[in-house]
Amino acid sequence: MTNHKNFLISEVLSLAPNESYSSTVANELKVLRNEKIEKPIIFVGAGTCGLGAGADKTLLAIKEYVSINKIDIDIIETGCIGLCSSEPLMDIQIPGKNRLSFEKVTSDLVIPILSTVLWHNIIPEKNVLGQFTTGENEPWDNVKNIADHPFFKPQTRIVLQNCGICNPISIEEYIAAGGYRSYLNLMKTSSPIKVCDKVEQSGLRGRGGGGFPAGRKWKFAAAEKADQKYLICNADEGDPGAFMDRAVIEGDPHRLIEGMAIAAYAIGATKSYVYIRAEYPLALKRLNIAIEQAMEYGILGKDIFGSGVDFEIKIKMGAGAFVCGEETALIHSIEGKRGMPRPRPPFPAKEGLFGKPTIINNVETLSNIPTIIEKGEEWYAAIGTEKSKGTKVFALSGKVALTGLVEIPMGTSVRDVIFNIAGGIKGGKKFKAVQIGGPSGGCITEQNLDIPIDYDSLLEVGAMMGSGGLVVMDEDNCMVDVAKFFMDFIQRESCGKCIPCREGTRRMLEILEDITHKPSNGSSHHALRRFKGITQIEKLAKVIQETSLCGLGQTAPNPVLSTLKWFRHEYEEHIFERICRAGACTDLRTFTIDVEKCIGCMLCVKKCPTGAIIGAKKTPHFIVQDKCISCGNCEAVCKFDAIRIN
Amino acid sequence: MKEGTKEILEKYANADRDSLIPILQEIQDVEGWLSEDSLTAIGRHLSMPVSKVYGVATFYNQFRFQPQGRNHIQVCRGTACHVLGSATVLSELKKKLKINVDQTTKDGEFSLEIVACIGTCGLAPVIKINDDFHAGVTSESLDEILESYKEKVNN
Repeated sequence: MTNHKNFLISEVLSLAPNESYSSTVANELKVLRNEKIEKPIIFVGAGTCGLGAGADKTLLAIKEYVSINKIDIDIIETGCIGLCSSEPLMDIQIPGKNRLSFEKVTSDLVIPILSTVLWHNIIPEKNVLGQFTTGENEPWDNVKNIADHPFFKPQTRIVLQNCGICNPISIEEYIAAGGYRSYLNLMKTSSPIKVCDKVEQSGLRGRGGGGFPAGRKWKFAAAEKADQKYLICNADEGDPGAFMDRAVIEGDPHRLIEGMAIAAYAIGATKSYVYIRAEYPLALKRLNIAIEQAMEYGILGKDIFGSGVDFEIKIKMGAGAFVCGEETALIHSIEGKRGMPRPRPPFPAKEGLFGKPTIINNVETLSNIPTIIEKGEEWYAAIGTEKSKGTKVFALSGKVALTGLVEIPMGTSVRDVIFNIAGGIKGGKKFKAVQIGGPSGGCITEQNLDIPIDYDSLLEVGAMMGSGGLVVMDEDNCMVDVAKFFMDFIQRESCGKCIPCREGTRRMLEILEDITHKPSNGSSHHALRRFKGITQIEKLAKVIQETSLCGLGQTAPNPVLSTLKWFRHEYEEHIFERICRAGACTDLRTFTIDVEKCIGCMLCVKKCPTGAIIGAKKTPHFIVQDKCISCGNCEAVCKFDAIRIN
Repeated sequence: MKEGTKEILEKYANADRDSLIPILQEIQDVEGWLSEDSLTAIGRHLSMPVSKVYGVATFYNQFRFQPQGRNHIQVCRGTACHVLGSATVLSELKKKLKINVDQTTKDGEFSLEIVACIGTCGLAPVIKINDDFHAGVTSESLDEILESYKEKVNN
């Protein structure tokens, strides 16, 4: 290990910007990048999602097999490559050959796969995902290249390029692949303001949701004069349905560290924080290891590589408050206060953490930086659309065939993402809508599926980029229920500081609950309340949008407004006809008894909490609709399948 | 004051207010919850009114003011999990354990908590028991999962 360290520092990191490697050095780097190997390597996708799918058991099975058969082999735990629905993933690389990837490798499949590949060099028929082009190694016959897999082919991977492929806790591998050179070269060749210029010209916009040009934001802080400036990396990915930041930190933490170091140099910050969710223990662990490694190499710390620049990274764990994704609330949380936002201006770039100029960027934004510096701003600006440059990572989940993380150039159509990359809707059901941007966003329906994904086009149809969660819904999902779900989330997460958000979201939730619940007595008073509520909901939404203090409140009504815009008929059905066509609002179901099937066992009569079922023994029973509260108890206890639900 | 709390506070000698949340987290990690004694001790240590300490602690979802069960269940209520039926999983769990959210069963075996999003949306619906993730949970598979944890305690 120390050998590698001295070698990498003297032969790679200390080179002048335009110096290239000698052939012996290049050879050694191939070894470190696992392109030239002496003994086989097994890679296991062990991100949180992989572990959830059973990668820990797969790993145990591999270790057991290796120790029983006394095989000399390396086992590497990688992050997530993005194809969550195929996990657990196991890759095998044997000397001289390309790396092979296998999907859905549960622990019982480990022995059959390992024994055929390792002992006989034969590829099993099932579970093969594809092969990676690994340096100049010999390819396997009749195995597709993974880059041609329909899930990966349309992707342009910048932020995710190492995720699931390299060893996330090996700084050697990261440096051997060219990492940290951009940062160290930059300090020798560019002034901080030039770095800001470069990033501004690349067109990179904040990936956390706001979409503010990153370079311009940096310039505000760079222009401030202060004895101390701070950089904060926002890894408080509270948006339900988004998990790209977790995957990047688990799969490639050094990329984030390099991005942070470059940003800090550009704005003149010497101290920084990563504010990370406590719900991500694995990401936390790997980031800690990576920071320690970078300090050992002298890439973090004092007087970095003799440049006179200091930079340190501290980790602060979030404590489970969605509102802390907002800049000023996040700052309060780091200061040890209740995480409540404050009015802006002054913006954090002027007065932020502990009253000092502070720049807050999201994980994905910062992880783009090393590549922008390495390949140049023109290269980056060539990807994407006119106003939205580069790529965006999306977290695909819900009712699609393939779930996981995809990184696509801006401007790709929503239809492409759902039907080409993600393989369409699961189980042959009909597509209904895709929710984009989490609780602040909106939904995109069939008619808008062809719009290009970029910041502005999404706003035009009433949705927004947000942090990039794409939750796909089919005909079994009720849009009123989805709107209610988001309202429930927002009103729980509202910090309570300003009234429109605290009270308004609560009232909106009540209105939605009124139309999805069956009142205990169907009096006209309830009906009146229902109508009154729904006539006021749009007005209330507008007030909340216009008068809330922070982004959480200002965008809180979006899911309701968006579903109301595209699925007004569903709302009307709930209100007038009292039915939920998707069957998701269980309170609106009507229960009847099939007289042909009912044998009169009296079981449901006994279990009905409201006494709504009448009937004598051995004669078919009957449900009194006025008394029924749609709890479903009768259906659960009936042994003769006699309860029908509409 | 328990030994654990004392040790943690000693580690944070001369700490400022910005250490408050890390201290609360560490104490909860060791003791499983935040007792009144702990909160008072923290206030004294940081020269802050206990009311302020309590104010901060109650703001964040992570902190608990009751002891948790031997097995702590976290149900993910993120969007992807919701779309795939986490509401049913939650109500089923409540029924089976006969407790509400943020409560502990009488025998101290299980406690139940809702979390906003665990971040494994591709495997929805997800529940997390102690440190283990369970993917694609259905009301049918719950029995088996719960049973496996009861066994662990008996052994």
